[in-house]
Amino acid sequence: MKVTFPHLGNLYVPIKAMLDDLGADYVVPPFNNKSALELGTKYAPELACLPLKITIGNFIQAYEKGADTIIMTGGCGPCRFGYYYEMQREILHDIGYKMDMIALDIPMGNFREILAGIGKLAEGVKKLAGGWNINKILKAAVNTTIISSRIDDLERLSFKIRPREKNRGDTNEIMKEFRKKVFDTNGSSEVKKLIEDTGKKLLEIEIDSNYKPLRVGIVGEIYTTIDTGTSLNIQERLGDMGVEVCRPVTISGWIIEHMIKGGLHLPRDLRFAEAAKPYLGAMIGGHAQETVGNSVLFANDGYDGIIQIYPLTCMPEIVAESILPSVERDYGIPVLTLIIDEMTGEAGYLTRVEAFVDLLEKRRESKAIEGTTVLSGN
Amino acid sequence: MAIKVGIPRGLFYYRYYPLWKTFLEELGVDIVLSDQTNKHILDEGVKSCVDEACLPVKVFHGHVLNLKDRVDYLFIPRLTSISKNEYICPKIGGLPDMVRNTIKDLPQIIDTEINIRRSEKNIWKAVKEIGSYFSDNKIQIKKAYNKAQKIQNMFDSAVRAGRLPSDILDYSVKASCGSAQKGQSLLNILIIGHPYNLYDSYINMDLVKKLRNNGVNLITVEMQDESIINKKTVSLNKPMFWNFGRLAMGTAMHILEQGDIDGIIYLMSFGCGIDSFVCDLIEKRVRRLSTIPFIILTIDEHSGEAGMNTRVEAFIDMIKWRKKDESNISALR
Repeated sequence: MKVTFPHLGNLYVPIKAMLDDLGADYVVPPFNNKSALELGTKYAPELACLPLKITIGNFIQAYEKGADTIIMTGGCGPCRFGYYYEMQREILHDIGYKMDMIALDIPMGNFREILAGIGKLAEGVKKLAGGWNINKILKAAVNTTIISSRIDDLERLSFKIRPREKNRGDTNEIMKEFRKKVFDTNGSSEVKKLIEDTGKKLLEIEIDSNYKPLRVGIVGEIYTTIDTGTSLNIQERLGDMGVEVCRPVTISGWIIEHMIKGGLHLPRDLRFAEAAKPYLGAMIGGHAQETVGNSVLFANDGYDGIIQIYPLTCMPEIVAESILPSVERDYGIPVLTLIIDEMTGEAGYLTRVEAFVDLLEKRRESKAIEGTTVLSGN
Repeated sequence: MAIKVGIPRGLFYYRYYPLWKTFLEELGVDIVLSDQTNKHILDEGVKSCVDEACLPVKVFHGHVLNLKDRVDYLFIPRLTSISKNEYICPKIGGLPDMVRNTIKDLPQIIDTEINIRRSEKNIWKAVKEIGSYFSDNKIQIKKAYNKAQKIQNMFDSAVRAGRLPSDILDYSVKASCGSAQKGQSLLNILIIGHPYNLYDSYINMDLVKKLRNNGVNLITVEMQDESIINKKTVSLNKPMFWNFGRLAMGTAMHILEQGDIDGIIYLMSFGCGIDSFVCDLIEKRVRRLSTIPFIILTIDEHSGEAGMNTRVEAFIDMIKWRKKDESNISALR
């Protein structure tokens, strides 16, 4: 058995460490690339959302490198992601790729169905771990969670350093090297060390501490915001333009808030839901409530602008998009919506981002001037 | 003067109007329906709504615009879930918020959440809340709801017996004159589509009438017995968590087993997230297990009627030829 898994930003780092710890044989699919998307577009339904297409591409490319088993998580709707693994199974079956699917799904339904679901889940975990070594499994699970949250910290640090660096490109270089070096590690302790070292290196970068960068919040659908290959590296690009970005939706957030706390019915951090309430009164699936709520929180926090990113036909984000103009109006914060699909052209996309940043800069300047004229008028 | 409540003629109107109408009227409310979907409503809806939304949601916005200046309340309940463990669609769950944040100067919206995903009892909470807008008398509310449910059940069983919701609700001559003409051999065609696409004759460019005029006996998802559907969908690897997804899938599975169908039409609106998956899963199943002709008709605000006609006619011609010629061959053997 050789397992593989879909890409989602830095998700491969904790998953790789976990599989190393469990001693499983695995293939990390090639980083998201054009031909993965082309493969996915060819085989997935035309109107399916982009992440499905990319993951199909991931699996096909991993299959060609020898993978025969897929790990996927599921959900219970209403967002389409919950049905992904069924769709993927059917599509791969139809085009003749014989791959097994280990679905780590939240059990639901009536009592019997829940029991059957737990059975299936346990079976999947057992398959992965190669036996019932509870100690090993628990340790791997804890380490995966820790690594995912450390790597998110590392990413956040890079968001802060990148716009302030004196020598453009330092941060990108270190992060690039990090991505390469991950493949040389074996097991969670080595990955943790690598993350720590990389963090130190980032802190050593020479920065301009007087520089006051524009601050932009990134909201939207989880896959397209987290996955740099899909969002055409928007976070790096904004950083290179001297903009500090903040992205509240993260992989560790998803694991901790959604899977662990949600699964065990523990109280969750619901500040975003509170903030979204006047605009979107209920959970409607996906990250719509996060998108609206976090936009309000950003506005209250004095951010300069908000960028919403989502894949074409994403149902929850369409609702959020139609609500964001109200947030824009009520809080006076500019919002740019970027929609990504397989036809997205890099040049057009970048032009819009650059224009948006220019607008934010001019806005800040004119605000500053307004301030002085008021003063001199007095 | 009685309070006027506006019900937009879109989305779940085609499924629950008898219930809503009876319930509200029993509480002494005047119901105002928006006009039948027309070019103006469609255009206004498209203009006001975000581009990425699907056609039925845009049309719904048009209906709200059509109503908003002549009513005291707008009835747009938040339909999160209408069946256990299942949702409808994020866009429909967020509909009142979409409308509120898109259209200005609206009357008060009755946006009570209807969510029976976890428990059917929640429906009472919703009923009481909606009722409290117009009456303080809980017994009256309960009575009104019971009566409304009776009417809705009558409607549902009429639909199951083969009458289309549009035939009943629009009680127009238009729909009924489209019944199959005598002397023509009937084709049995299953047409799968959300009620709001299938029964709004403007959105789907009179598809129902066109099919009937071509001698087609229409079979829809709503005509199926839900207990049969549930028996079929149990065998799915993973239960569908969309109400329509389960119904459509179960119907397709049932029909495939029965084998007395001549063709399947899947009517979907561009950008529908649920259809993008359900349609593909059904198509895969149909192609794997049978040779029944299958066609997907996608509609959006740019759909041209001529293109639609061509595709429908070609599909029906193809089925007719196939019936005629292929049965000739097998008879000779």
